[in-house]
Amino acid sequence: MTVQTHDPAPHSGAADWLWYLGVLVAGVALYLLYGQLIPISEWVTALFPVARDSHTGEAIAFFFYDVPKVLLLLTGIVFVTGVLRSWFSPEKTRAILAGKREIWGYPLAALLGVATPFCSCSSVPLFIGFVSAGIPLGVTFSFLIAGPMVGPVGLGLLYGLVGWQIATVYLVFGFTIATVAGFVLGRMGLERYLQDWVRELNAGPLGDLPEERLTLVDRLKIGLEQVREIVGKVWIWVLIGIGIGAAIHGYVPEAVMLRIMGGEAWWSVPAAVVVGVPMYTNAAGVIPIVEALLGKGAALGTTLAFMMSVIALSLPEMIILKQVLTLRLIAIFIAVVSAGILATGFLFNFLM
Amino acid sequence: MKTVTVYGPGCKRCETTEAMVKEAALRLGIPVAVEKVTDARSIAMAGVMSTPGISVDGKLVHAGGLPDAAKLDGWLRA
Repeated sequence: MTVQTHDPAPHSGAADWLWYLGVLVAGVALYLLYGQLIPISEWVTALFPVARDSHTGEAIAFFFYDVPKVLLLLTGIVFVTGVLRSWFSPEKTRAILAGKREIWGYPLAALLGVATPFCSCSSVPLFIGFVSAGIPLGVTFSFLIAGPMVGPVGLGLLYGLVGWQIATVYLVFGFTIATVAGFVLGRMGLERYLQDWVRELNAGPLGDLPEERLTLVDRLKIGLEQVREIVGKVWIWVLIGIGIGAAIHGYVPEAVMLRIMGGEAWWSVPAAVVVGVPMYTNAAGVIPIVEALLGKGAALGTTLAFMMSVIALSLPEMIILKQVLTLRLIAIFIAVVSAGILATGFLFNFLM
Repeated sequence: MKTVTVYGPGCKRCETTEAMVKEAALRLGIPVAVEKVTDARSIAMAGVMSTPGISVDGKLVHAGGLPDAAKLDGWLRA
């Protein structure tokens, strides 16, 4: 028998059709599973030989409810974000921003910071690429702040775990801080605090890459690849974060929480920032903690300040940026962003 | 002999890319010298903003994310 072999067409119709169906089925399955999380977590909790209403029982229930919930949400968000971001690239973003010198550059950079796919490991080439294309330093900072600060993972989990109101507040203020901090930094004339070699640099012209033509299936594959990579990397942070959240939920008395993180304690906002900046975790790891803190009566402003400083300012990122920024510039950068976070924290503690 | 340069600061994706290039060269029987550029400054000077980037004989063919296996074969054959 001879088997007709021919090179498989790169995108045969049947394969495309299977991809669409697969994504649809997976989406529906995840959605149905998401609806059953409470019974599942209660069933698992009942397997433990502890009273359901004891401290330990509460902590266990929190843990087994949040772990599948966060992982499901994370998978969905990362997939959708990966697909949507496939329409953007650092090269396109740079071309857009290089043409904008006026005031609109800042909010535009913040928006593109959210939309553009880039990993923190390439922030140095990206920074140089931007600055050497004549994009103002402040606009570049707006871009770099907004990326982690208002990332879709943080927003989506906030929406799923805490509610849409707080997710919206976070979005608006995170975006504002990225825009305003970039603007302030831009006005300070900080170019002289770049590392010497960066100032003297005339980066080569961008490689003339042909525009990649991606089919919808290519984009779905990119989304799936992102899920594999990101969920594979952050799950440990998720478990740690939920573990801490569960401990707070089960064991910390409300009275203690109110004294430390209540709205009355004005110093709690700067304390939250001081604790949050050196803390390094992923947005997916910090939001279960935020959920538990708010549940125990922590003030919204204090909690927002904590969350923002953990997510937006991270030590590893600063160490990477040290290659292009002097210590002095890094300090100014941290100070300006922290000031924005403090202002947000105080504002909400005052309003609520 | 083609010279393939992989630009990347050493993240996991960059290592995977390097392995993909070597595997493809071996499979296609094309002699290839693979060199890695990990220094951020040199990466930027090459005009690469998103890593990993790939150039073949000095011409940039790819930047950002893992390369598509079929396209990689094409670059090596060209």
